[in-house]
Amino acid sequence: MLDRRCKSIEEAMAGIEDGATVMISGFGEAGRPNYLIKCLMDTGVKDLTLVSNNAGAGYEGLAMLLRREMVKKLVCSFPRGAMGDEVQRLIKEHGLVIEVNPQGTLAERIRAAGCGIPAFFTPTAYGTALAEGKETREIDGKGCVLETALQADFALVKAHKADRWGNLTYLNLARNFSPLMAMAAKTTIVEADEIVELGQLEPNTIVTPGICVDRLVLTRPVADHEWGAAA
Amino acid sequence: MTPLSREAIAARLAQDIEEGWHVNLGIGMPEGVANFLPEGRDILLHSENGILGMGPTPPEGQEDPTLVNAGKKPITMLQGASIFDHAMSFGLVRGGHLQLCVLGGYQVAQNGDLANWSRDHGDPIASVGGAMDLAVGAQRIWVMMQHNSKDGAPRILENCTFPLTGSGCVKRVYTDLAVIEVTPEGFLVTEMIDGMTPEELQNRSAAPLRFAEGCGVMPDMTRAA
Repeated sequence: MLDRRCKSIEEAMAGIEDGATVMISGFGEAGRPNYLIKCLMDTGVKDLTLVSNNAGAGYEGLAMLLRREMVKKLVCSFPRGAMGDEVQRLIKEHGLVIEVNPQGTLAERIRAAGCGIPAFFTPTAYGTALAEGKETREIDGKGCVLETALQADFALVKAHKADRWGNLTYLNLARNFSPLMAMAAKTTIVEADEIVELGQLEPNTIVTPGICVDRLVLTRPVADHEWGAAA
Repeated sequence: MTPLSREAIAARLAQDIEEGWHVNLGIGMPEGVANFLPEGRDILLHSENGILGMGPTPPEGQEDPTLVNAGKKPITMLQGASIFDHAMSFGLVRGGHLQLCVLGGYQVAQNGDLANWSRDHGDPIASVGGAMDLAVGAQRIWVMMQHNSKDGAPRILENCTFPLTGSGCVKRVYTDLAVIEVTPEGFLVTEMIDGMTPEELQNRSAAPLRFAEGCGVMPDMTRAA
């Protein structure tokens, strides 16, 4: 019986090791898999390459992976914001590497990885600092930049409803990067608000087909104290 | 002579948005345009985190964590709104589907170059978000900004000195002093605020300005209302 539901959270998180590349869905708090992030934090792995749009905020979620110095590289579009000062400190004191991508390029690189497209040309960032060192080409009179697909070992993804095959729906603007990341990682781990019986998801509303999902858990709220003491 | 408030710039710009346009309003000053969209026109607002048909801020207490804009502020959905993932959202941007994007700016050059994401070439955490995608992808880019920086430095320039967001992308600039078209021949002023003279506006700019025949008064629409 094809069943992607995990019997334990340990089973869901198995195999994430030092140096892994991990994609984390969400745009701010919308669509951020807080429970899985907390479980990743608890594993204590180091030298992660994180792929996520932002650097997080406060003393929870994504921000805690950075604050606990588990991250060696952050691939994102917007590291400034609430975590700006902390990110600056980590760069200076711990050699954190920040790779800033135009947000559309970030999304498309993830999409490309999931769709078997090794690289693509885009006019975005042509002639700017973010194109430095990248191959360029003029196509139909337009300057373009070569961008490569962005793969990951793991994706941590938040969904709204799921069934045991891993079919997923999303709620409102919590969808954002989730469907892209679910396709782009070797192993995709999903936390869902609700897990329903097969057949209860209307096929026309499924956004991510279960083939993209490897492991499925039910979400649960993470209490403030579970993130550990504030620095 | 009173420079226009941010709201008044937004209100003036909003008058030029046409029926049926799909519009992305950048974070910061451009967000204010949403409050002045002309009544009776169907204008769909796009937010790059995946919505067309974004509605106004909800009443306090009715915020939904899954309904936020690109600045992560609470929003609502209009009837007829649609939701999509990030790749489609930026496909709409990069594929030239949006009729208009309004961006904030630090500097605009006479060839339409825009600098709006970083004021420091060495900033290790310079954050671009979706600005470069929007600059290249939308059918037209209008910039909304103060004509001069806080210390009085011109922001209408021959060449940008800050890191570029996009090359030759700006079509029009709305400032607290004037409305300026970016043409193949450089800047063309089409409106100035009441009491402004061409000489004064030129003094506050660091690129040659031309003045349109019949260059009109840039109205303060917040005052009229």
